[in-house]
Amino acid sequence: MRALTRNASETQELSDSLAQILAVGDVVVLLGDLGAGKTCFTQGLARGLGIDERVTSPTFTLVNRYEGRLTLNHLDVYRLSGEAETLDLDLYEMAEQGVTVIEWGHNISGVLAESRLEVELRYLEDLSEESMQSRNIDITIIGDDWNDRIPELETLLEPWRQR
Amino acid sequence: MSVVLAIETSCDETAVSVVRNGVEVLSNVVSSQIDLHAKFGGVVPEVASRAHLESLELVVNQAITDAGIAVEEIGAVAATHGPGLIGALLVGVSAAKALALAWGVPYVGVNHMEGHLFAALLQEPNLPLPAVVLLVSGGHTMIVHMKQLGSYEIVGSTIDDAAGEAFDKVARYLGLGYPGGPIIDRLAVDGDPAAISFPRAMPGELDFSFSGLKTAVVNYVRKEPSTSNEDIAASFQQAVVDVLVDKTLSAARQVGAASACLGGGVAANSALRSRFVEACNEAEISYLVPEREFCTDNAAMIASAAQWRLDNDGSTPLDAGANPSLKLV
Repeated sequence: MRALTRNASETQELSDSLAQILAVGDVVVLLGDLGAGKTCFTQGLARGLGIDERVTSPTFTLVNRYEGRLTLNHLDVYRLSGEAETLDLDLYEMAEQGVTVIEWGHNISGVLAESRLEVELRYLEDLSEESMQSRNIDITIIGDDWNDRIPELETLLEPWRQR
Repeated sequence: MSVVLAIETSCDETAVSVVRNGVEVLSNVVSSQIDLHAKFGGVVPEVASRAHLESLELVVNQAITDAGIAVEEIGAVAATHGPGLIGALLVGVSAAKALALAWGVPYVGVNHMEGHLFAALLQEPNLPLPAVVLLVSGGHTMIVHMKQLGSYEIVGSTIDDAAGEAFDKVARYLGLGYPGGPIIDRLAVDGDPAAISFPRAMPGELDFSFSGLKTAVVNYVRKEPSTSNEDIAASFQQAVVDVLVDKTLSAARQVGAASACLGGGVAANSALRSRFVEACNEAEISYLVPEREFCTDNAAMIASAAQWRLDNDGSTPLDAGANPSLKLV
């Protein structure tokens, strides 16, 4: 599924509405180049989970945890050298206790939950002033956990479908 | 007052220092893992923990030798117990507790951020208070109002990326290597800081935002791929420095600070240091810019903070652990 947002606040509106259909145990993997808006996306999602606390980059700390309507685990695994290291983070136990958002999660796809949502944020090719703020957002369902929620996902993405 | 041996292993430096009476640095040894992490483009947690473990004993021995003291003279052993990488912290904390137990002296756990605040006091024990301290590193960007020793208020902080993180990520994007701070600092010398007008984000009054600046750099490079790295580095650095200095000086005015200080790894940046001094002179506020070796992660600042904690709060129990997300206040 592909969506298109025109700026950072639209990206956050999208992730805010995505948060409304998330449940404990869900894993969302965020992919995208530097500055594509992964932390921005997570901030909107946190807002949607009713988290008031400031959501900052987890690059240095690796894991940040926030409490809202649901718990949010926010991870950045860019610097992890491989899958073995991820085990130190207690990923499985963490994932069972809330919603888990993993930036750069492709490094560790082998140890990730079998079922997850992959969200890739991409710059547009077009270099006009307007397009530079826009992002293509590709959402891919992996595994079975999401099958029942496909209609809801499609509905919430409706306003952002490629226009 | 006594002699404190402190261990700092919260990130990628294995550091041990011996400090007398909280201010007299008898030794300050830092074993950097930068080369080890450069190939990964940043600190790798498990690699960091293992490297701390391998070098700690050597660094401890070196610090004692350099200090020219007998082990019996050491009156307390301290370690950074947070914030930082949990595996890395535990290496230092466990070693410090073991040494304290073996030598029969108190153990003191120290907050890394409080250590950075004490870097200024290492050089100027009579620092005029209240002070505002700009604490900038790879993991933190905050303005701390130091009302008195041990009493702090965070009056501003980043709403997204830390300043040091922005340096690292921009350097990585430009393919310049790791660590980004010193590399950009060096390149910027040959660039024009006014070449590109990058945005100066002003979110809350005393808060910072560096995520948009990072995206602005990426967008600029995509549009103007032929721009020299020197000009990008200089213009990017100028944007960061302007915001850091402006907000620190506003904070100083707001709280009626008697002095302003820098701390943290990014405080080793030449442009930040010179702009900060210039701005403090213009504002006629007294300032302190610690030597670079006390800005970047070191154990002397931990020993200094430990001495103060020991004198005011007593020692830390040996069953206390480490906390990767320990807060300053």
